[in-house]
Amino acid sequence: MSQKVLLNSKEINIILRRLACQLVENHPNFENTVIVGIQPRGVFLANRIIQLLEEEYGIKNIEYGQLDITFYRDDFRRSEKPLEANKTKIDFIVEDKQVIFIDDVLYTGRSIRAALTAIQSFGRPNEIELLTLIDRRFSRHLPIQPDYNGRQVDAINDEQVKVHWKEVQGEDAVYLLPTSKTILETKPQKTDSK
Amino acid sequence: MSELSVNHLLGIKYLKKEDIDLIFKTADHFKEVINRPIKKVPSLRDITIANLFFENSTRTRLSFELAEKRLSADVINFSAASSSVKKGETLIDTVNNILAMKVDMVVMRHPNPGAGIFLSKHVDASIINAGDGTHEHPTQALLDSYSIREKLGEVAGKKILIVGDIMHSRVALSNIFALKLQGAEVKVCGPKTLIPKHIESLGVSVETNLRKALEWCDVANMLRVQNERMEMSYFPTTREYTQQFGLNKEILDSLNKEIVVMHPGPINRGVEITSDVADSKQAIILEQVQNGVAVRMAVIYLLASKINR
Repeated sequence: MSQKVLLNSKEINIILRRLACQLVENHPNFENTVIVGIQPRGVFLANRIIQLLEEEYGIKNIEYGQLDITFYRDDFRRSEKPLEANKTKIDFIVEDKQVIFIDDVLYTGRSIRAALTAIQSFGRPNEIELLTLIDRRFSRHLPIQPDYNGRQVDAINDEQVKVHWKEVQGEDAVYLLPTSKTILETKPQKTDSK
Repeated sequence: MSELSVNHLLGIKYLKKEDIDLIFKTADHFKEVINRPIKKVPSLRDITIANLFFENSTRTRLSFELAEKRLSADVINFSAASSSVKKGETLIDTVNNILAMKVDMVVMRHPNPGAGIFLSKHVDASIINAGDGTHEHPTQALLDSYSIREKLGEVAGKKILIVGDIMHSRVALSNIFALKLQGAEVKVCGPKTLIPKHIESLGVSVETNLRKALEWCDVANMLRVQNERMEMSYFPTTREYTQQFGLNKEILDSLNKEIVVMHPGPINRGVEITSDVADSKQAIILEQVQNGVAVRMAVIYLLASKINR
């Protein structure tokens, strides 16, 4: 299998710092801002961003939650494989807060659509923004765009974008690899980010 | 594993250990959901569920209905008392008429053992048994085990005592299957007349002395005496039953350890359990009810994901 490196460890490091910097620009002290990592893969990115915000900018006590969107997906009973849920951990109310969603790869936009519905269970946010590491442009099914973006990628539908994290796979890297069309069609967002 | 091995929940007897693990794992997620400010998820918005109750029920019926609504399913309710069953319609006809209205899943309670199994062979819908006579009550056993797991960390290796009318209790049978499957030790206790012969063949032990049994156990599940299912007298008087098999504060406090007290409801206060025990800190009766909704959501969700579109 031939895989192409889209981002290496050094590039990811630079991008994460830029993203953290952009967040601070818009949310100077995170007083009314909460960060929500989208389960399962967005959580790794969210952890990194929060670590940078704390270490580089000295912002402490950031409200941080993890949101699982499984029960809000629009492909329940449509995909071949049963959907498996992850843990949701949001122990605050998002009423009137600025919410920042963090996910690793933005592809069709359906996960984010589900997240937009799911977050309503925790109140009515004042505003929701989206931060992603990889934006697969030209492949959106819904009118959803990131507010903070690491790298835009032009991948055709048959290809897969894979994000590796040091905590999980032992290295920071983003790969582009060819995959069978069937998997992509049944479970786009999940296989995308595996 | 992320899928149940069965298409219906007819009894614990038909489940594997992995199925129970999956149901509990999913129930953990739903327990978080039902403690949110907005306790509802849209997963089952294209599923219609019929609750058919041919026998009285309060808790189970409300619990199922709430679980279905929390998952955004459409719900229709049916109770035999006010239906054409009284006019002589057969079970299959009743159910097929309801299914003709495009129902995907049936939750059924019926006084006859095996009614759910019979139905699953004749109609095209996912069936959940909410109690069939003296046979099984699988969701009750699942929520009981789930509550034990929540309280004590795990079910495997724990000593569980079931006290009362074992003979007529579907809760007892389903609990025995579920607990044994998860590796717990099970003992039953009650008047000899209310303990079925050969129950040891299910891998449980029998003890007729309540004190001895309580000293052995980690958890005591107190069952109600099912007078409505008794066609003859199994013990002299209710008072005598209470004296021998009723759980009171005195006997509970005299044990050298703190055991967990459970009851599937409805409670006959002062008969199998006294009020001060039922309302004590050791009793997890209301936790059982809360967990019931989460466990039933998990069962419905997992079965619904297997219905073909």
